Amino acid sequence: MNIKLFVPGDSAALALGAEAVAKAILAEAARRNMAVELVRNGSRGMLWLEPLVEVQTAKGRVAYGPVEGKDVRALFDADFLHGGKHKLGLGLTEELAYLKKQERLTFARVGITDPLSLEDYLAHDGFQGLRKALTMQPAAIVQQVTDSGLRGRGGAAFPTGIKWKTVLNTAAAQKYIVCNADEGDSGTFADRMLMEGDPFVLIEGMTIAALAVGATQGYIYVRSEYPHSITILNEAIAAARKAGYLGPNILNSGNSFELEVRKGAGAYVCGEETSLLESLEGKRGIVRAKPPLPAIAGLFGKPTVINNVISLASVPIILDKGAAFYKDYGMGRSNGTLPFQLAGNIKHGGLIEKAFGVTLRELMYDFGGGSASGRPIKAVQVGGPLGAYLPESQWDTPLDYEAYTALWAVLGHGGIVVHDDSADLAKLARYAMKFCAIESCGKCTPCRIGATRGVEVMDKIIAGQDTEAQVELLRDLCDTMLNGSMCAMGGMTPYPVLSALNHFPRDFVKENSGLAK
Amino acid sequence: MNHASHTESIASILSSQQNRPGALLPILHDIQEALGYIPPDSIQQIASAMNLSRAEVHGVITFYHHFRTTPPARHTIEICCAEACQSMGAERLVEHAKQRLAGSRHGECEVKPVYCLGLCATSPALMVGEELHARVTPEKFDRLIEQMGIKT
Repeated sequence: MNIKLFVPGDSAALALGAEAVAKAILAEAARRNMAVELVRNGSRGMLWLEPLVEVQTAKGRVAYGPVEGKDVRALFDADFLHGGKHKLGLGLTEELAYLKKQERLTFARVGITDPLSLEDYLAHDGFQGLRKALTMQPAAIVQQVTDSGLRGRGGAAFPTGIKWKTVLNTAAAQKYIVCNADEGDSGTFADRMLMEGDPFVLIEGMTIAALAVGATQGYIYVRSEYPHSITILNEAIAAARKAGYLGPNILNSGNSFELEVRKGAGAYVCGEETSLLESLEGKRGIVRAKPPLPAIAGLFGKPTVINNVISLASVPIILDKGAAFYKDYGMGRSNGTLPFQLAGNIKHGGLIEKAFGVTLRELMYDFGGGSASGRPIKAVQVGGPLGAYLPESQWDTPLDYEAYTALWAVLGHGGIVVHDDSADLAKLARYAMKFCAIESCGKCTPCRIGATRGVEVMDKIIAGQDTEAQVELLRDLCDTMLNGSMCAMGGMTPYPVLSALNHFPRDFVKENSGLAK
Repeated sequence: MNHASHTESIASILSSQQNRPGALLPILHDIQEALGYIPPDSIQQIASAMNLSRAEVHGVITFYHHFRTTPPARHTIEICCAEACQSMGAERLVEHAKQRLAGSRHGECEVKPVYCLGLCATSPALMVGEELHARVTPEKFDRLIEQMGIKT
């Protein structure tokens, strides 16, 4: 029997040389006349170990990493194909503490299966949720999702079931399911890892959504910065369609659902749902006024379910194992799990799927091992470029939607960007304003003009000109943006700016300003 | 490529795509993929086929950072400048790249900022075409441009 090997085809692994490693393994195996079967799996999410090579042994999968092309010969010499000892050896993958301490529901298959093998997907509980959904009434499917407590994982945390119910109850000849895969937040890569590591679960989740609300057409809007995700999704959709999981007659049920991938074009604001719908319609990604809600008048004016990748990909396990199973994870009104993404200046960065309630300190130290630079951690931005910077005094608050709201912070899409003590929070606050100025869609004045004025004010603060008055001006400007913007772009840019100012005021007082430090 | 062949390839893209719902973005992507950019003199042709005004097409092209209306350099390096990459020295990397490429021939290599490549736990990151590179140190950057055959 061939020895089965795994070298991830995930973007992060590729960016660290996985392709060269895969080629070197095949060449070396051929040279030694050894029969191997190489699977390009998704990433396990332990990104500091990528490229992580795994070998299937009688005891389980044995991991080696991070492997470079030049290590391959020595790995063969050490008989790694039978789990032999080597300095890059990490032991059994499943026993690695980083993975063992996680609660992987949505990411259950990522890194384990061949992302494009339907057979593999089926062997790992794939399409169980869809099969159940096909035996249920639409309203019962919606009820399951509502009962599970699932809330939008894109950042807004709106209850998914309520959204679906509105679409179900709005009569129309045509309805749509749109997947928001415009994952533009810095520090987030869960959508990308899922699309590249287990595309069928997203297809299954969208198909269940279609059955639940009576939609027949779906779109996955993927950002252009994710070319590998687009390729993999297209291949997975073709395979699913060929096998009857998509198309005019899903598993002979008489239900029809077609799915298409659409590519974004580098506009951050298109992650905002109404802007995304405009973009899908072939227009400038300008934010729409709400109401009407997309659930009532969405894509091409029709009732539309628009959900984030992780929300949709969490649906199959809810249908398969039941709402109560999913709801059992988490705390308070934050039910289930969130795939946290530990990024930036961190030693062991990666994807950690945990039930809500874990703390930043646990994630950064127990999982992350502290900063990559070895310097003390100073500030942590949670929830992307529109999320607040948290100082150490807040690192023990449980990661829960309501607890974070109470801190005037957000969980967003679960991205965590760590900065060490060399970070200048005034510079980062300026960047937040600059990013808003670059990415604003331009529809509303507080965001379009406010961000540019914000950069100017920050420039003066950084230069130490009239600091006290400028800080007052900055607060006033943030107040206008917070309360007067149409969407989260302008409305939440004050989160990083004001949290930086409030928690790290010393960074805003420059030596030449005349104010005491 | 000359003007006539541009018009022809755009016409074939338009005829194959124009009836899709919300076709304009897929069309612009295809044109840019085929020609490297969207020639400004093709806007009328696109607008006519789509039954849009020239202003609408121009508006869409200029809204999105990804679309360009001038031919690209021989190589484009997109360096991520978002927060996670900043925390690991993206600013220094951009400075280094600018310095290294300052002496290269005009039109040889363009360095562009990009905001997040989803490689935030392995930063700083950059992209050349569709090829990704992570944990890019100045030394790694020098090796990369050498492999790309960029003379500095």
